[in-house]
Amino acid sequence: MKISFNINGMPQSVEVDGNTPLLWVIRDVLDLKGTKFGCGKAACGACTIHVDGEAVRSCSFAAKFAEGRDITTIEGLSAGDELHPVQQAWIEEVVPQCGYCQPGFMMATAALLEKVPNPTDQDIDDNIVNICRCATYYRMRKAIHRAAEIKNANS
Amino acid sequence: MSESGTKKTFSRRKFIVRSAVGVGVLLGTGYFTRPIWRRSLAEMANSMEPSYMGDTETPQLWFEVTADNQVILHSPKVEMGQGTFTGLAQIAADELEVDIRQMKVVHAATATGNIDGLSTGGSLSISGLWQPLRELAATMREMLKNEAARILKTDAATLTVKEGVVSGNGQSLAYGDIVKTVTEWTIPDTPPLKDVSAYQFVGKPIPRLDLRDKVIGAPIFGMDATMPDMLYGAVARPSAIGARYVSADTTEAEKMPGVVKVVKEKDFVGVVARSRMEAENAKNAIKVTWETGKNWQSEDIEEMIKVGKGEPFVIQKEGGAENVLDNGENIIRAEYKSPIGAHAQLEPNGALAFVDGDKATVMISTQVVRITRGEVAGRLGLDEEKVNIIPTYLGGGFGRRLHTPNAMQAAVLSRAVGKPVKCFFNRQEEFQNDTFRPPTHHVLRAKLREDGLIEAIEHNVSSGDVMFGSPLFPAIAQPILGADVGAWRGGMIQYGKIPNYRAVSWRVKLPFATSWWRSLGLLANTFAIESFMDELAIKAGKDPVQFRLDQIQDDEAGHRLKEVIKATADKAGWKDGVHNGRAMGFAASTDAGTPCAHVAEVSVEGQEIKVHKVTCAIDPGLAVNPDQVRAQCEGAIIMGLSAALYEKMTVKDGQLTPTIYGPYRMALMKHAPKEIDVVILENADAPGAVGEPPLGPIGAAIANAVFRLTGRRLREMPLELT
Repeated sequence: MKISFNINGMPQSVEVDGNTPLLWVIRDVLDLKGTKFGCGKAACGACTIHVDGEAVRSCSFAAKFAEGRDITTIEGLSAGDELHPVQQAWIEEVVPQCGYCQPGFMMATAALLEKVPNPTDQDIDDNIVNICRCATYYRMRKAIHRAAEIKNANS
Repeated sequence: MSESGTKKTFSRRKFIVRSAVGVGVLLGTGYFTRPIWRRSLAEMANSMEPSYMGDTETPQLWFEVTADNQVILHSPKVEMGQGTFTGLAQIAADELEVDIRQMKVVHAATATGNIDGLSTGGSLSISGLWQPLRELAATMREMLKNEAARILKTDAATLTVKEGVVSGNGQSLAYGDIVKTVTEWTIPDTPPLKDVSAYQFVGKPIPRLDLRDKVIGAPIFGMDATMPDMLYGAVARPSAIGARYVSADTTEAEKMPGVVKVVKEKDFVGVVARSRMEAENAKNAIKVTWETGKNWQSEDIEEMIKVGKGEPFVIQKEGGAENVLDNGENIIRAEYKSPIGAHAQLEPNGALAFVDGDKATVMISTQVVRITRGEVAGRLGLDEEKVNIIPTYLGGGFGRRLHTPNAMQAAVLSRAVGKPVKCFFNRQEEFQNDTFRPPTHHVLRAKLREDGLIEAIEHNVSSGDVMFGSPLFPAIAQPILGADVGAWRGGMIQYGKIPNYRAVSWRVKLPFATSWWRSLGLLANTFAIESFMDELAIKAGKDPVQFRLDQIQDDEAGHRLKEVIKATADKAGWKDGVHNGRAMGFAASTDAGTPCAHVAEVSVEGQEIKVHKVTCAIDPGLAVNPDQVRAQCEGAIIMGLSAALYEKMTVKDGQLTPTIYGPYRMALMKHAPKEIDVVILENADAPGAVGEPPLGPIGAAIANAVFRLTGRRLREMPLELT
């Protein structure tokens, strides 16, 4: 079926089986490889994107539900060359190790900061529930607080 | 645009073993069949002296100078998160005389000829390349200077270099300009290396070079690889332990949408389709007949793994521990256990392969570039030189990518359709076809003297294989080493003042694949020994930190371990007992020559064990990048905490389970300590191991704290207060 949506601010139409997980449309049809496959069962969060601003695990989100929605992936998180506060904070705190899960974490964090501009440690524990096998959680927590600071200073 | 110096033809492969771990070199000598020599070889393997097998004499294989005066280091070691690329760039920049911002590091494809003879693993990348890479970089600098001297018609000795620009005689030339004129390199003798104190980048917390790529989601991983006209593959994998492929009915699969070809081989069946989902769906429609064996259960494995059931091998012996412990009174005895552990790295295994006539190209996350190439070449019946392995960034390694038979499968699928095929595991297949951390069982015995110190101690560890059976080590190494160095890593007694000590490794062959998992046996062995040391200290009425310090020998290794223990206790403000509802637990280990100690600050709420803070001191020798040493400690501590508190695979009705994150419990953000304090000591003048040693003490440190809080000695990982 034909599915039309906006992705990273650009209108896009694809012709796919509507039950295909949006993850594979993003990765293999649109060739945006920043969104990662981890488990295919919405259990790890590596595939987290934004659908109308909400964090969504795209491996378990059928492409047909993307019709008419605004999709953002890690490639669209920054405004051109200017990195999003979450990305800036991730660089300042030198968070990534292998880096594979990090786009998912950054997307989840960016969505959290829209709702909770100054997250407490408890907010972070409750909302950031992705999996990082390199276990970069310690720096990630610092980076989330730092991202909130940068974002609040900018606005 | 990049322009590299003309590479000399390179027909003679140079594998140089730089030091003690050279199993391959030592194999030929008859000495090592004698037990005493076996033991000392094992001791050497345990200390993991820096080793590197690969080119150390051909700088132009390593460095490519671009027209815009950047230097690209083609690394034979892979980047799996451990920060090796950044450390290598720092080391090279200092001898090349370029700024760190002029350095770029990429994976060396095997076609470049710069191939690591062994693997990326064992925490050996920086330590193993420390000397050769400095020599290569210094030599490359001299080669560039010599060419500059030729162009400038002056004596190379009068030239100076700064930030990749050679100056002298009132003129200057950038490296990028020099290489344009070079048709063949002349390699001089290795020049003297700079003094470490003169280095600008080594020793500094340089931000990782891959930071930006990793925060913008650049397509750098194996799973992101693409080629024109690429198709997608899927291979049927068994869910049952020990299952062997017999045959397949592919009638339905062939009719599935998007299917290009169903491929039946003697040992597997797979499918090629136009998209990932179509390949998965078609694979699921294949009716495979598997030959399965016994209907294994966890109880079977627990029974097999008990000390006494497998083949014993004495790995350490001093004095007469057996005599004291068999015949003495008041012998303290305890048993410990650790479960089957999954790698659970986020990027699944897989490969993108293109077999084009008599050539093959494979893009893959691998820790064993040379073995991957050999396996693909062997399977396709091609010369190794016809197979180009292009390593990508790894979405986690942790030892899982030391086995890459999936590369052969992707290559076979590609050959069947004549197009590039990308073929990856799904998550269930990852969990059921992992090469697991083996379960272990430990029996410890000790006798205390009147003064409360240890008169005799013995550690028995029974484990599935780690190193044995791995393509990394030839089968011939087994009788020479006697016991599986990976399984007993961390299993020796590190308290050399004890008059009688002994360690025995028991080998058990399990019905499923077990292998390398970050730090190998270190996590389980340290959990057992360092928990037992805590039991002994309490029995003796002694402070557990002082109890350890009093029994460490006075040699260099002992000195470094003592310093690490003292630094950890000092920094943590070590206090025994329970204070404000929290207790500290202490543990220490030495791994691959690097001592490390932890203090875990823990509370217990209901049945939940909560780790609030971990203080860690580590002495890796010279820290090439202190920030990345810290990052490795932080990650290893939380990964170890995850294994110690949550992770466990079980065997049920012939299958390994669970098969998905969540049911396979792992540490999440909420479980990670909010404070991690890392102290880096540098009591050696060269870099040592970093990536694995800090995984050692964490399990015991937590368990020792839990004992203080609850009076319960938890002797089995994952630690549970049920």
